[in-house]
Parts: sequence; C-alpha cells; structure tokens
Amino acid sequence: MGPQHPSTHGVFRMRVTFDGEVILDLEPIFGYLHRGIEKLAEHKTYLQNMPYTDRLDYLASMSNNMAYAMAVEKLAGIEVPERAEYIRVIMAELMRISSHLVGVGALFNDMGAFMTPFLYMYREREKLLDLFEMVCGQRLTYNYMRFGGVSHDIPEEFMPTLKRFIDEMPGFIDEYDQLLAENEIVLARSKGVGILPADKAINASVSGPVLRGSGVKWDLRKNNPYSIYDRFDFEIPTGSVGDVYDRYRVRVEEMRQSVRIVRQAMEQLPEGEVRTRVPTPLKPAPGEAYVCIEAPKGELGFYLVSDGSAKPYRFKIRAPSLINLTMLRDMVVGWKLADAIVTLGSIDICMGEVDR
Amino acid sequence: MTKPLSGAEIARQIGEQLSDAVTGSDETTVFVRSEDILNAARFLKENLDFDYLPSITAVDFLDHFDVIYHLRSIKNNYSVVLRTRCDNSGSPRVPSVVSLWQGADLQEREIYDLMGIYFEGHPNMKRIVLWEGYEGHPLRKDFIMDVPGGGKTT
Repeated sequence: MGPQHPSTHGVFRMRVTFDGEVILDLEPIFGYLHRGIEKLAEHKTYLQNMPYTDRLDYLASMSNNMAYAMAVEKLAGIEVPERAEYIRVIMAELMRISSHLVGVGALFNDMGAFMTPFLYMYREREKLLDLFEMVCGQRLTYNYMRFGGVSHDIPEEFMPTLKRFIDEMPGFIDEYDQLLAENEIVLARSKGVGILPADKAINASVSGPVLRGSGVKWDLRKNNPYSIYDRFDFEIPTGSVGDVYDRYRVRVEEMRQSVRIVRQAMEQLPEGEVRTRVPTPLKPAPGEAYVCIEAPKGELGFYLVSDGSAKPYRFKIRAPSLINLTMLRDMVVGWKLADAIVTLGSIDICMGEVDR
Repeated sequence: MTKPLSGAEIARQIGEQLSDAVTGSDETTVFVRSEDILNAARFLKENLDFDYLPSITAVDFLDHFDVIYHLRSIKNNYSVVLRTRCDNSGSPRVPSVVSLWQGADLQEREIYDLMGIYFEGHPNMKRIVLWEGYEGHPLRKDFIMDVPGGGKTT
C-alpha cells in the first residue's frame, strides 16, 4: 500500500502480505520524504535551523520551535523572560489542539466518515491558524520562537480573539462528541481494534497519546515539568485497553485539558520583555544537551552537540512519529486491511517528522 | 520531575556485576565498553527498572563514534545516560539492544543508515530512509556532498 494512498497521511508505504483480507505480515517502508534535515542543520547556524524545525511535524510547528529553542537555551545557558514562557505555553497548547483536530479528523476519514467530521474539525483549526497568523504572519511554518524568548510580542487584537476562541471551544468539542463519540459505526470500527498493551507500549518507546491510550499515565508536562507547566492545573487523560477508540478519546480529552491550560495562562500572563538579548551569531560553549517536550504526537527531543562554533556539530531529532510506528506491525497482524488503515490513522503520524 | 541518577553511582553498581565494563562516569552519564553495552543495559533494565528507552544517538568524533543511550524509568521516574565508544576503523560494530527494548528497532536502523554503525544481533539491520545500494553514510563527517551549482563539501 502506498506510497501514494489517501490513508497513509503523506508518502508512507506498507508492504503487506495478505491471506484473503487478513494481514499476515506488514513492513513499513520509510524515506519518501527524507530531506536530510539532520545533515543540513550541521551546515547552518543555530538560528538558521529554526525554520527547518517547522518542517518536521508541519502540523505542530510551534511545538517543534519550542523544543529546539529550549535545547539551544540549555546548551548555551540562556534565560527566558516570564512573559515569553507564557506565550510559548499558549502557542504550544493551541498547537496541540490544532494537531489533534487534524489527527482525529483524519482518523474519521480513514474510518469511512468521509470528509464531514474532518471539515467540522477544520472549522476550528482555521480559527487557530488565524490566531497564529496574527502573531507571526504565517499559517503553517511559524518560525516564531527565538533563543531567549519569542520573535515578537503578541499583537493587541490577539487576546480578545483568543478569549472568544477559548470560550467557544469546549462547546465545539461537545458537538464533536455528540456527533461521533457514541456513533454505532465508530464504535464498531474502533473498539477492540489495534490493541497495544501497556507493557508493550513502554518497551517499544512509544510516547504521546498512543502511550496514554494504552493506560500509561505518562506526560512530560506532569512527570518532568519543563518551561512553566508546573504552574497549571490539568489532568492527564488515559485509556484503558489501548485500542483505536482509547487513542481517539485521549486526544479529545487532551484538547479539553489544553483549553484549561490556555485559559489559566491567559489569566496569569505577566507584562514584560518577550526576549532576552543573545549574541549573534550564537556560539555555545562546547558541550551537549538533550531536551524533550511533550509535543502533540509524543516525546519530541533534540540532542545537540556543540564544538564551540556557530553551527551545531550534531543535530539529532528524536521524532515521536517514527518511533510510534515501531509497533504498527504487531498491532495489525491478524486483522483485516480496513483495520490496518484505522490503526495507522489512530497513531497519527506526520511524514515530515518520520522521514525528516 | 525526572530525577537524573548519579553516573558515578550507577557506574559502581554496573562495575560490581561486570568487571572491566565501565570506563568512566560523570554526573549523569556512564561510559561503557562497546562490547559490554548489551550486558550493562540488561543489568540496568532488570535490576534498576529502566523500562523505557527514549532515544539512541550516534555522534561522529572523527577518530571514533559515540553511541548514546538515554534511558528512563517510567515506573520510578528517573533517568541515566549510557554511552559507549567505538573506533572509526572500517565498519564499527556495537551489540544491539533490540532484545531488551523493542523501541531500539527503528532507531538503530536509522543510525546504521545514516552513520554506518552496524548493530550486531538486530533482526532486520538494513537501511531505513535511504535506498539499498546507496553508497556511504551521510551523517559521517567525512561524507562528501554535492553542492548545488557544482562543487563538493563534507
């Protein structure tokens, strides 16, 4: 199947062996979108690499920006002003809502609810993209964060628009649930399908909603609070059996929690600087840093090695989408073709990140 | 908060079980001989509950490669870094840890593809993002790249 197939969420190929309609074996084949970002990054300065991170998981560019900025800040010992931390958290959580909207919408597409749920979700995503456009002028590749803060402060009209969105959003999530959560076809297609038990999920380094769907209460925002996440009150939703339905529910509940976090961050948002001055070009002292954050799709890590020059000596990306695919074969063997498509949809991959 | 365990303390515990395996340690990292990496990793997994392997990385330091394992325990919420060195002589080899953590599967294949370190004991050690027959390993520092418009660079 693939690489050009509507259900593969990009250019991803699965070599599947069937007996009739039952899957006997599956081998994922990667590399159709490989651009060599890790190698390219070794030839660019630290700041020049920021736009490359937009092009990893292009549905969650802000989160990628944030992880990379935090890694360089750790490497170079840069402080971030409080206001910038709040803006970052607001952006990262809005990004999570936006990414989950696409993930859930695409999952329903794969289930056969062609385009209708997808467009309901895109209605809200559009508003989010408008918000992002307001702060940085871009709708997909934001390049918004900088070492020591963000590129510029949020504009005046941003807060009222965000407030309206945050007030409306829980109602829209309820609307999706009324339409889909108890739908008989959805239940039939997703309950008990593509089960990933908790111990296997941990052993396979799976992260994000896929890990939590299997019932493992692990979220870096709670278990290793980075930035200012320890100041917010929110829950970690988990599933119970680790099937497609659990992963879908975890994403929906995470959207609600993200709304909660954004609301608290808006209330606490302090005045002040949004960026500390850093030398240009930035030359961190020789050393290395691994920083990981809870991106919408899982643990996104950057491992940077500096040799004291203006360019990173090694630029490694720990991509959640790639590693979450480790268990794809085990999840679908013995199931039918249509279940494999739904299972892949529920892992929610982004090929920009898988192949890099 | 994920607590980084002391590298020196872990090094002492590994050293008690596997003499000569440990070559050094610092605040968060244990340095292990490459041939002992599987045994050291098994010790950490079985005795210290390191059930989760978030990341494996390799770095080319010209005269040698470093392979770096970031390990974490979800059960106890602590972490440690395991690090090993292999010489840059022809084809460097390191034992695979797939038998302990399945999460190493795609990560080790990626390192083999891009950095050219062969993981012994991996069930499917072949290229992952580049195609079979591709020459060289791009993330190595001595890899020659074509530059658009002509010319070459490392």
